[in-house]
Amino acid sequence: MEYTIKTAGDSAVCLEFEQVISEKTSSSIRLAAESLGKLAIPGIVDVVPTFCALLISYDPLVIDHDQICQRLNASLLNIDEVDLKIKHIVEIPVCYGGEYGPDIDFVANHAGLTVDEVIAIHCGRDYLIDMLGFLPGFAYLGGLDPRIHSPRLEAPRTRVEPGAVGIGGAQTGIYPLASPAGWRIIGNSPVRPYDPDREKPILYKAGDYIRFVPITAEEYARIEVEVADGTYECTFLTEGV
Amino acid sequence: MGFTVQKAGMCTTVQDKGRFGYMDSGFSPSGVMDKRAYRLANMLVENGANDPVLEFVLAGPTLRFTTDTIIAITGGDFSPVINGKHVGMYKAIRIRRGDILQLDAARSGMFGYLAVAGGGVLVPEVMGSRSTNLKCEIGGYQGRALENGDYVPFVTHTVDYLANLASHTIDSDVEFPKKDGKIELRVIMGPQDQMFTTKGIETFLGEDFETTAHSDRMGYRLAGPKVETVSGSDIISDGIVFGAIQIPSDGKPIIMLSDRQTTGGYAKIATIASVDIPKLVQARPGTKVTFTPISIYEAQDLVRAEAKEFSKLAKHIKRPARGDVSPRRTARRLTPFLIKQSVRADTERKWIRTKE
Repeated sequence: MEYTIKTAGDSAVCLEFEQVISEKTSSSIRLAAESLGKLAIPGIVDVVPTFCALLISYDPLVIDHDQICQRLNASLLNIDEVDLKIKHIVEIPVCYGGEYGPDIDFVANHAGLTVDEVIAIHCGRDYLIDMLGFLPGFAYLGGLDPRIHSPRLEAPRTRVEPGAVGIGGAQTGIYPLASPAGWRIIGNSPVRPYDPDREKPILYKAGDYIRFVPITAEEYARIEVEVADGTYECTFLTEGV
Repeated sequence: MGFTVQKAGMCTTVQDKGRFGYMDSGFSPSGVMDKRAYRLANMLVENGANDPVLEFVLAGPTLRFTTDTIIAITGGDFSPVINGKHVGMYKAIRIRRGDILQLDAARSGMFGYLAVAGGGVLVPEVMGSRSTNLKCEIGGYQGRALENGDYVPFVTHTVDYLANLASHTIDSDVEFPKKDGKIELRVIMGPQDQMFTTKGIETFLGEDFETTAHSDRMGYRLAGPKVETVSGSDIISDGIVFGAIQIPSDGKPIIMLSDRQTTGGYAKIATIASVDIPKLVQARPGTKVTFTPISIYEAQDLVRAEAKEFSKLAKHIKRPARGDVSPRRTARRLTPFLIKQSVRADTERKWIRTKE
């Protein structure tokens, strides 16, 4: 694994990987973050993977700069990239169109496709989570099919509902919380990617994949009740790449 | 047992050290802005180093206590008054049931802290922390700033009594730079200092900057000369630490603080040494700021020195002090004398003759 260690103040270091957004860099970073999670090096308090870097915050009273650099190099430099073959997928059921996705007609018109084709394209591939940020659980997803890239709204909506699934330019994603938003909303998921009272407040992490699964309004209503009761079980899959 | 909020003040929130381990999911760590004042407040009432406190900004709250307890107030000068009487800061203060604590507008500094003995205010832990995250509406008191009429509970049974209460005072920290003052912040260069020209680095380290009214829990925006980049300051978004100095395309530094976004796309020229962040946080708009580079090793030496200072202070405030009447200790010391006296009284009795 190739990276350079940069100093980010007296309580953090930043591992900089190749400064290009790619699945390869993303998976190296995910692998590094996972290894650090498993190693549980005393003193590390936060690990933030982003597109091309991994920020590692630590308590300098527990481990100092030289020690942490040493520990990181000892555990990360020789990581075998073979480990990258497993793909963690989180299924997100989405009800497309109608009141759930008011902008789907715009997206279809803009793309010169039918609504059904837009839905088929949107849920036709798994999206790699490059990083989380902006809002808790907001996932930056890579790899939206260029056919359904859509310009943002000229003036953002002041509020979209939690669970809204949208397209903004070449990106797609799901809003974990109600938020102002400029993306074209094409559907809504009854699943809450973020719930502070759940044991696992965020359903996924950087490096996981999201798979959107189309559902009907009836299924939406059923899942919504289950989510409210706390009985809904999200589907997590593991596949080889 | 707790206090009623009669006047909420400006953005009064419950905070602790911060919510760590969730930055990778997009949660700002929140937590107190002035970690030093926070630490000392908890120390003065013998709380744990991560116990929750009230943090307030520029205008403090007015609180009515429904039970006896001990509190300490630190940070900027909020001129605390209890039942109309000035009580001072950076010391343990005894509170009686029904007392009204009034905190005024800050005469110096920006942020103030109130610690309550017995482990601090009682709010549920959310994802490992009691800090309020206003944006996500989690943690602290119902995920929001306090409002008039709120009732905030705390536990008192462990705090009926602190030994050597009168010694619980720290006078080293009371001064803050006045408006038009000047602070020197030590910085560790990087992680993206290579994005700036030699001239840009010289500007950053050589010129005066100034704090502005654009200062809040997210960050402090400085005014001053433009810090020149080689070719723009856009980077591929990466993680941001407490005290990171971002230079956006307009060339004016923004210092990222407790409620910062977790990631950002502007180059970070340097990071403030942890021990100097309180100086910035307490600086009013219009304070002159200069940056001085130090090595990562010097910065970590400073962290260790401060930790040593804290443990020394913690011991110092527990020493017996003149003028301090400790009922328990006094009782313990007096007991042998009283016993002796009563024994003597018994034995001496025979010498007493009754009138015949």
